[in-house]
Amino acid sequence: MSRKLLLENAHIEGINTYDVYRKNGGYRSVEKALKSMSPDDILEEVKKSGLRGRGGAGFPTGMKWSFLAKPDGVPRHLVCNADESEPGTFKDRYLMEKIPHLLIEGMIVSSFALGANQSYIYIRGEYMYVLQILEKAIKEAYDNGWLGKNIQGSGFDFDLAVTPGAGAYICGEETALIESLEGNRGNPRMKPPFPAVKGLWQRPTVVNNVETIAAVVPIVNDGGDEYAKIGIGRSTGTKLISASGNINKPGVYEIDLGLSVEEFIYGDDYCGGIKNGKKLKACVPGGSSVPILPHYLVCKTAEGNDRLMTYESLSEGGFETGSMLGSGGFIVYDEDQCIVRNTWNFARFYHHESCGQCSPCREGTGWMKKVLHNLEHGKGKQEDIDLLWDIQSKIEGNTICPLGDAAAWPVAAAIRHFREEFEWHVKEPSLSQEKNYGLVTEKQFETETA
Amino acid sequence: MADENKIKVTIDGKSVEVDPGTTILDAARQVGGDVVPPAMCYYSSLEGSGGKCRTCLVQVTKGSERDPRPMPKLVPSCSTAVMDGMEVSNKTSDRVLEARKGVVELLLINHPLDCPVCDQAGECHLQDLAFEHGVSQSRYDFKRREFDKVDIGEYIKLHMTRCILCYRCVYTANQLTENREHGVLKRGDAAEIGTFIEKNLKNDFIGNVIDVCPVGALTDKTFRFRSRVWYTKPMDAHRNCEKCSGKSVLWMVGDEVTRVTARKDEYGEVKEFICNDCRFDSKDVSKWTIEGPRKIKRHSVISANHYSKEIPKHTTLLNKA
Ligand SMILES: Cc1cc2nc3c(=O)[nH]c(=O)nc-3n(C[C@H](O)[C@H](O)[C@H](O)COP(=O)(O)O)c2cc1C
Ligand code: SF4
Ligand code: SF4
Ligand code: FES
Repeated sequence: MSRKLLLENAHIEGINTYDVYRKNGGYRSVEKALKSMSPDDILEEVKKSGLRGRGGAGFPTGMKWSFLAKPDGVPRHLVCNADESEPGTFKDRYLMEKIPHLLIEGMIVSSFALGANQSYIYIRGEYMYVLQILEKAIKEAYDNGWLGKNIQGSGFDFDLAVTPGAGAYICGEETALIESLEGNRGNPRMKPPFPAVKGLWQRPTVVNNVETIAAVVPIVNDGGDEYAKIGIGRSTGTKLISASGNINKPGVYEIDLGLSVEEFIYGDDYCGGIKNGKKLKACVPGGSSVPILPHYLVCKTAEGNDRLMTYESLSEGGFETGSMLGSGGFIVYDEDQCIVRNTWNFARFYHHESCGQCSPCREGTGWMKKVLHNLEHGKGKQEDIDLLWDIQSKIEGNTICPLGDAAAWPVAAAIRHFREEFEWHVKEPSLSQEKNYGLVTEKQFETETA
Repeated sequence: MADENKIKVTIDGKSVEVDPGTTILDAARQVGGDVVPPAMCYYSSLEGSGGKCRTCLVQVTKGSERDPRPMPKLVPSCSTAVMDGMEVSNKTSDRVLEARKGVVELLLINHPLDCPVCDQAGECHLQDLAFEHGVSQSRYDFKRREFDKVDIGEYIKLHMTRCILCYRCVYTANQLTENREHGVLKRGDAAEIGTFIEKNLKNDFIGNVIDVCPVGALTDKTFRFRSRVWYTKPMDAHRNCEKCSGKSVLWMVGDEVTRVTARKDEYGEVKEFICNDCRFDSKDVSKWTIEGPRKIKRHSVISANHYSKEIPKHTTLLNKA
């Protein structure tokens, strides 16, 4: 069973209220930081902890913070990315809903470390009820002297506001988020300049995921070294995983990084195995953007190593035979699921969410969606499979922001590992329509390891 | 002798010394000729433009003298600054040509390809681009995106179906006029140019959106369908104007001024924007001092004289429509 650094108290009755949260040790990190630590001390602890961004890219948080420009007389900001819109990902919602004060506490210590006196939480528009939970918690924090002027007599002034988006996945991309926060259309900006130099209102800005900011609380409380003891290699600490799909126990799990994928899927403390005694067919381990893995590459890598829940192990083999930890949106598919249908579904999402700024993504996502629609609906041609491959290759790497890549990768991985199933849809159009699911052959399961 | 403050960049084997901060595209333009990547969205006088169309992607094979590592991804030359000692491949890189071919194909999948009835034909950057880099057959067999035509005020027609969302008109409207009335609505391939919402744009300089538009999405209603551009003769001319420099190009058929535009350089860029009075309300040749015929360098279609002199029938038909 993994340790719980973030969700330990999540089940306590009333933990979403200030009094209960405080009684259970809440806001200790702020007391400690303001009384006995300098901003640089906190940065040092975060660096030691090895914490990596939990929003998807896994960039080391301490390094990101140390890049923040600090010109004299220019305010700096911390922006919390709570736009969480990646299909398969719902961990931040859980955290904010259950223990909103943990995020607020993390915002205060992190902003203190960065020298920000005004910070923001940007929350996805569909999370309106979570916004209300956060607003209530923020008010409680103000009422109890954790926000506002001269916090706990420390001389540190800090204001926190939460702002909803209007329902766009792209506003989770950090520069689009900044545009949106400024009141503009949420188009990603070109980098450089990076937000650390010119972010919100052209001021130095750090954008971090909800979970990243929450993880700073135990790091300050217990020290970075203590945090780094959990995990393997460069994957330290705990990670929230949103597990969904054909498993017995979907939900949000806090795991120690380094847990084996096999235990995560089949262990009773976690997903509890595949539902209805079916077989595992495939897994998307890190949210819809990351490559899908066929069952024989889920629990073992191509090299035959155990696949672990770490940044490194999940990406072992590169895109040929690996995937990514991404945002921790862990989606499991059983033998009845159709990969073509799933790929089409993801393609619909990226087409719908492209901001339309750059031509490869704007036009390419729509084209892929249409070709996949035909394939899934028994109207595909053999050439369509190569065409799809070609379109995704023209998008990948050629766009302003990574949404283009995120649209291309799932298509590429599905064709790479499940080409046969695509071909079956072309060769057996009526059969593929009759059966609501994809190709199931014995051969596919010959190499089953799990 | 090398200027101390200049930095050296080599593009397709040709070296040039430029000021620090220059983009790869501008450096390539200083070299001129073949090494210049095509640019559909960048417009040097419009702040913030560029980076969107991706036709100008190039490969940086050497980052700089100090850090010679190549850049892993292709970069948009219009918005990437040169470094001292940088080496860039444009036409000499197969990867660039392949990516560009892809961009052109993608730009065309939703384009109506209605060149025979489009006012921009003959001076359209998309036509040029497709001609130079495209593939002759489209692999796209779905219905193309369509929008209704909209009047933007008295003089300008928006034919959104042809738009490539380069955002140049948005920057022009934002930077040359006072109120933010012109922008992009919706997203992805449903995105469209909106005038919040179909409000007439009245500003004295709004006519310039026509000149910056690389395709036939924004056209001059006082000129639409009066003639094909290649039957008109461009003449440099000027007039005394209180609002702008008055330096324009008159597109003449005989003694008649069919259209007035600003002067564009060989990359299709206007350096001096003109006002609506000159553009729309000065069609009387006596109002102008004619300087002489204008040489149009860039546009393959006009200059290479690809078309016959006979007026095609559908053009006449459209005149009545
Ligand atoms: C299309 C797109 C959507 C994204 N959505 C989110 C999101 O919802 N939440 C998030 O934390 N990061 C998201 N990201 C990643 C952010 O750009 C950014 O890297 C992240 O917020 C940084 O935080 P971290 O360093 O704490 O991970 C998204 C990126 C892209 C390209
Ligand atoms: S890649 Fe897609 S979402 Fe990102 S800027 Fe380009 S069009 Fe917008
Ligand atoms: S209308 Fe023309 S100038 Fe405006 S975005 Fe479209 S193509 Fe560009
Ligand atoms: S001109 Fe550079 S991206 Fe359009």
